[in-house]
Amino acid sequence: MAYHRIAALVIRHLYLYRRSLPRVMEIIYWPFLDLVVWGFITVYLATFQGQMPAVVTFLLGALILWDVLFRSQQGITISFLEEIWARNLMNLFASPLTPSEFLAATMVMSLFKVTAVSMVMSVCAWIFYGYNVFIIGLWLMPFIVNLVLTGWIIGVFTTSLIMRFGQEAEVLAWSMVFLFQPISCVFYPMEVLPSWLRAVASINPAAHVFEGMRGLLATHAAPLSSLSLASGLNLVYLGAVILWFHHTFSVCKDRGSLVRVGE
Amino acid sequence: MSPSVVEVRNLTKRFGAFTAVDGISFDIGRGEILGLLGPNGAGKTTTFQMMLGLVTPSSGSIRMFGLDLQTNREAILQQVNFSSTYISLPYSLTVEENLSVVARLYGMSNMAGRIDDMVKKLEMGEWRTKLTRKLSSGQMTRLTLAKALLTEPKVLFLDEPTASLDPDIAHKIRAILLEERQATGLSILYTSHNMREMEEMSDRIIFLQRGKIVAEGTAKDIVARFGQADLEEVFLKLAREQ
Repeated sequence: MAYHRIAALVIRHLYLYRRSLPRVMEIIYWPFLDLVVWGFITVYLATFQGQMPAVVTFLLGALILWDVLFRSQQGITISFLEEIWARNLMNLFASPLTPSEFLAATMVMSLFKVTAVSMVMSVCAWIFYGYNVFIIGLWLMPFIVNLVLTGWIIGVFTTSLIMRFGQEAEVLAWSMVFLFQPISCVFYPMEVLPSWLRAVASINPAAHVFEGMRGLLATHAAPLSSLSLASGLNLVYLGAVILWFHHTFSVCKDRGSLVRVGE
Repeated sequence: MSPSVVEVRNLTKRFGAFTAVDGISFDIGRGEILGLLGPNGAGKTTTFQMMLGLVTPSSGSIRMFGLDLQTNREAILQQVNFSSTYISLPYSLTVEENLSVVARLYGMSNMAGRIDDMVKKLEMGEWRTKLTRKLSSGQMTRLTLAKALLTEPKVLFLDEPTASLDPDIAHKIRAILLEERQATGLSILYTSHNMREMEEMSDRIIFLQRGKIVAEGTAKDIVARFGQADLEEVFLKLAREQ
């Protein structure tokens, strides 16, 4: 891996944020809007149950963590789409840049987005709802790391599909992650799922993160088993999707479709 | 001929039952400009893309600087660049930002100085801070050429580099390329549909038809061999035989 090539690609993407309002909105406006809507829902539900602190803690915490996963996936996939829209893939892959360096750069961009969005959401949640995301304590970090990894897995998987199937698959960049939402058990416990869907959710690392978060907030018990499961699954899936990305890259080069992605 | 920096042997590319490039072999010497001619669909673009590592050959080999492209991709592509009228650079970046990203990608030292040189050489000073999306097609062509020369390549692939330029700028570009070749020993693989330009620029020409080399030599040799008045007549004759 050559770090200067990864840095070049990251700088190329950061240049885009200098003068693009829609890209800045993606980091500030949409997460803020999400938070406002879910915040009001939370307040409304709390008036019914009379348990406002618990509901706020569960729902707003889940929302912020879900956005970590969502933005982490978007960071990867949108960075790839930016190259397609700019018809820049040929310039990049005719340079010494390797597919691994390309992926590494998209992962750095993903971290940039996650950090920016998490800061915006945490500050807004605190200002508007008095919600302190750090109520979860030090366990917040391993939760976030695991959700970032899950986002990368979905992002690399989606990117491979777009590379393989071209522009027609672009819509997956925004929709794929929502396929995982019902089985990520973001806003409800895994036990409410029917047994067959629970089996599917149990192999989804994100579901274990959200289970762990709820368990921690309810009982204050260390979520070691949830985090171990999530980390193990994440590492296996991440290795598999990276291999699959390389395989797809090689197939596209063989079919001559790499330079035609987006046409 | 000077020692070969590019050696292509029995290069073949099949897409299913269709053979786009059919067992072609050629060399490019140091400081040589090799013209690649052929009608649309002759296999020129596929050959370019294989030589840039963007398409995997079905069989045959591509060696540059004595190294095999399949196994030494990074080392080879560090010393190679390309420019095409049909490829742009990211529209949302300024000219200067695009050049700076390319310089970083290739790990250039003295990045600012080299960018200044290119901007001056290709007369891009007035629009170096302009967004790429606001460039005319001629300015875009100059930018992609600047991007290709910026990295001080030893081998350059040029796909119709003067197609959208006015005659004055096209003449200047050809002069710059010849000057770079003279100064650095740059080897160039060149395509154009401007036959006069091909005659002027190329030391040797390869004529591709249906993926095969059907003629090879200097422009003068080829014209004489086919008993035509000029290279354009040869092109028309071969293209219409398809």
